[in-house]
Amino acid sequence: MARAVGKGQGPNPKSARRPRGEAPFVTGPQAIDPELAQRLIGTALEHGGDFADLYFEYRRSASLSMEDGRVRTAGGGIDMGVGVRVVVGSAVGYAYAESLELSEMMRAAQTASQIARAGAAVAPEAVRSRRIRSCYPVEHEVVDVDGAHRVELLRRADKAARAHDRKIKRVDASLAAVHKEILVVTSDGVFAHDVRPMVRLSVAAVARRGKRTETGSSGGGGRLGLSYFDAHTPETHGREAARVALVNLDSRPAPAGTMPVVLGPGDSGILLHEAVGHGLEADFNRKRTSNYTDQIGRPVASPLVTVVDDPAIAGSRGSLNVDDEGVVPRAHRLIVGGTLRDYMHDRISAEFFRKKPSGSGRRESFRHVTMPRMTNTLMMAGQDDPADIIRSVKRGIYAVKYSGGQVNISNGDFVFSLTEGYLIEDGKLTAPLKGVNLIGNGPEALRMVSMVGHDFALSDGMWTCGKDGQSVPVGVGMPTVKLDQLTVGGTAV
Amino acid sequence: MPRPRAIEKNLDRLADIATRTLERLRGLGVDHAEVAVGTGHELEVSVRQGEVELVKEAGSSGLSVRVVREGRVATSATTDFRDDSLTAFLARAVEMAALGEPDEMAVPPSPRELCKAWPELDLFDPATDRIGAARAIKLATAGEKAALRADRRITTSEGASFGRSSGCSVLATSGGFIGRSAGTYQSLVVQAVADDDGGKKRKGVHWTGGRFFSELESPAVIGKEAARRAVASLGAAKIPTGRYPVVFEQTAARAIVGLVASCVLGDAIYRQRSYLAGRVGEAIASPLVTLIDDPLIPRGPGSRAYDGEGRKVAKRAVCRKGVLRGYLLDTYSARKLGLRPTGSASGGGGVPHSSTSNFYLVPGRGTPQSLLKGIDRGLFVTRMMGFGFDPTTGNFSRGAEGFLIERGELTRPVSEVTVSRNLDELLRGIDKIANDLEHKTSIAAPSFRVDQMTVAGS
Repeated sequence: MARAVGKGQGPNPKSARRPRGEAPFVTGPQAIDPELAQRLIGTALEHGGDFADLYFEYRRSASLSMEDGRVRTAGGGIDMGVGVRVVVGSAVGYAYAESLELSEMMRAAQTASQIARAGAAVAPEAVRSRRIRSCYPVEHEVVDVDGAHRVELLRRADKAARAHDRKIKRVDASLAAVHKEILVVTSDGVFAHDVRPMVRLSVAAVARRGKRTETGSSGGGGRLGLSYFDAHTPETHGREAARVALVNLDSRPAPAGTMPVVLGPGDSGILLHEAVGHGLEADFNRKRTSNYTDQIGRPVASPLVTVVDDPAIAGSRGSLNVDDEGVVPRAHRLIVGGTLRDYMHDRISAEFFRKKPSGSGRRESFRHVTMPRMTNTLMMAGQDDPADIIRSVKRGIYAVKYSGGQVNISNGDFVFSLTEGYLIEDGKLTAPLKGVNLIGNGPEALRMVSMVGHDFALSDGMWTCGKDGQSVPVGVGMPTVKLDQLTVGGTAV
Repeated sequence: MPRPRAIEKNLDRLADIATRTLERLRGLGVDHAEVAVGTGHELEVSVRQGEVELVKEAGSSGLSVRVVREGRVATSATTDFRDDSLTAFLARAVEMAALGEPDEMAVPPSPRELCKAWPELDLFDPATDRIGAARAIKLATAGEKAALRADRRITTSEGASFGRSSGCSVLATSGGFIGRSAGTYQSLVVQAVADDDGGKKRKGVHWTGGRFFSELESPAVIGKEAARRAVASLGAAKIPTGRYPVVFEQTAARAIVGLVASCVLGDAIYRQRSYLAGRVGEAIASPLVTLIDDPLIPRGPGSRAYDGEGRKVAKRAVCRKGVLRGYLLDTYSARKLGLRPTGSASGGGGVPHSSTSNFYLVPGRGTPQSLLKGIDRGLFVTRMMGFGFDPTTGNFSRGAEGFLIERGELTRPVSEVTVSRNLDELLRGIDKIANDLEHKTSIAAPSFRVDQMTVAGS
């Protein structure tokens, strides 16, 4: 199969390394030209509507799973289709076709148009193709790497984990790579194509000592190519998974109750994602169901807290050149010095709040409608020395790694689950703790931030965010942060 | 109930595609293959404040294969059934298998183990596909209206939605199995919101769902209950950290039973990701606890007449009176463990793995209310949050909301607390099970009570 890899395109030097794409809707006999796209949009708007768009998607994936040192399965495939949306006020009509056959695309456009049954036809604007600068130009996509080489990456992770310690009894690893292309065409004239690579390596290790069995895992990736593994070798992930499993062999029951919590740099960004991120997605605020409704301009966190959603971090898992509604996103300051500045908008919420869309409209696939979503959600670095932060705690928790988090948007309660954490006693890390849940309330927890480290770190790409049944890849990052008080859900009273 | 002719015709068409695909795979030198072909149709509508927010309607189709060649396994899926595309697709799948490594465990069931005939499980409601967008909008609107009118403290709604789906699928394997199934599902959910002090909102959610439209509860009932739940949680606050007896209401109880389910699957056992590995024959729960996996419940949400490898399926007690009786095994995990498969393979077309069908905790006699009796000070959990469970160790710690129990009665709403205890101890600590089991979800449980858990709060 022909696979375009990072060939030069056009005279614009900024896009010199932009991949041209292989999707049938951008190349070959089924390529969608502006005229055909406009015809489809015209059909979608034949009963009226404020806006309509087409979302073409092509997704080629390749995955490998290794169990206990042996490749168990090779998988992969191609998925392709187009979603058609008609917007009338805040109402959405949606349909999709799983092919580029004209008849099926027209049927989808007609189905979507039913939402606006009463109105008169609306003519779409002429489309103009946009050239978008890529924040994830990839030389060699992992999905195109030959199978034997991909198997080797897994084997290296597997070997490193086993070699780490004799107590490591089992290792499982997987490698998933995707080449995704989208083409968004809108009734207000956008015609935008994006190539979105993705890679992810995961390693899980089982350690046993006597009767006790524990697991540890490590993983990472992003919108990156094979070069990801230069900086983050499979060996690093293998050893890291083994290290966590061994640490957990010595873990003891975590305390229960409220106490100071120090969040380590990087992965702890999951706290932001849950504690404030979701509550600032504008759909919840438009519907007045978020506890951040009507809070713009008001203090919602400690003055030390500045939170940004930044879609343009090179190679990060949550980055986007263009969102799924054809809007070029921008870095977006949500909270500045503790004051709430802005929500994250898709087109519908932006229209409602009379703001510019922030480029936060995302969707899982052409089978799904867009919603305001996060990209890479970050807390900016502060002034404190991380060592001082830990030293300042008499008795509390130091949180390092997490399995995930969840928030109740309406009341702001959030949890996140630790997979590696330590007790802090008299300013020193002492015993590792058994997996435990931390629970807090978004605004209350962020008011408890009393120290912010200068050690900002981005989490290595592993997070997937779920909302209304749709999963999208996201990034998080933050420095070491001290919360004066948070509820720790251990078993020891 | 016999299926409509159009459905049977569609199944014939899918069976034809599946059979031809198998033939082609044989031609490509594959030793074993499973082919699953399916079509589906869905409608989803949502309304908010009486206005339509979304009408989504689409049909879909898919073909997935697993091929085994010289013990090497590959899987792939496509939505493109055109002849040329399919040829290329199958060739790629076979090519991919070369990346695998020979695995003597990756074998199909022997032909005599395959399911030859199966019961009619009544999973298809001809009425489902006839529900149009207008009717669906009416149902959702009625549900929302009932919520908004139920109590003046309900300030808004996060909307009400109605969804329906139907699907047909055919599984064909190179061992000679060919199975056809068709099913429907519909549901209505209402989310009511009440304003609380300090800008907090309290959301109450309630829903109904089932394979047959006629079995759904009325929108009015769902709306009212959503409103009741929102209002009841007004003023929710933490309670002091300590050890409390805990009652898990249906939804929360089901979440815990789901964790147990994940620990009795063959895959979790051979991968050493279960604290129940190596414990068959041991007491793993209180003698009150019997856990059943039953694929054959008529109209059951998780029912299946045959499994993903074409094996016979049967009702099975995984745990009886507290004693672990066995695991749920597909061919691969059974061979890995030297046990007999239980016909618990999921999917078909993907990598078969062990899965539950309708998995439930057998109900007790008393009402849910009776669980509160005798509790001087305890926690009644309605909902849980987060992922705090480690299957390898059984350590369990999740966020919870609900109500404080004082002297046998629910006294005030509670939120922002965690409940923690190792699942092994939790199951032994179950001292009462209520009679309110509903097969509304494929994993289901009645409310139950645990003698003691650690609650972290203020």
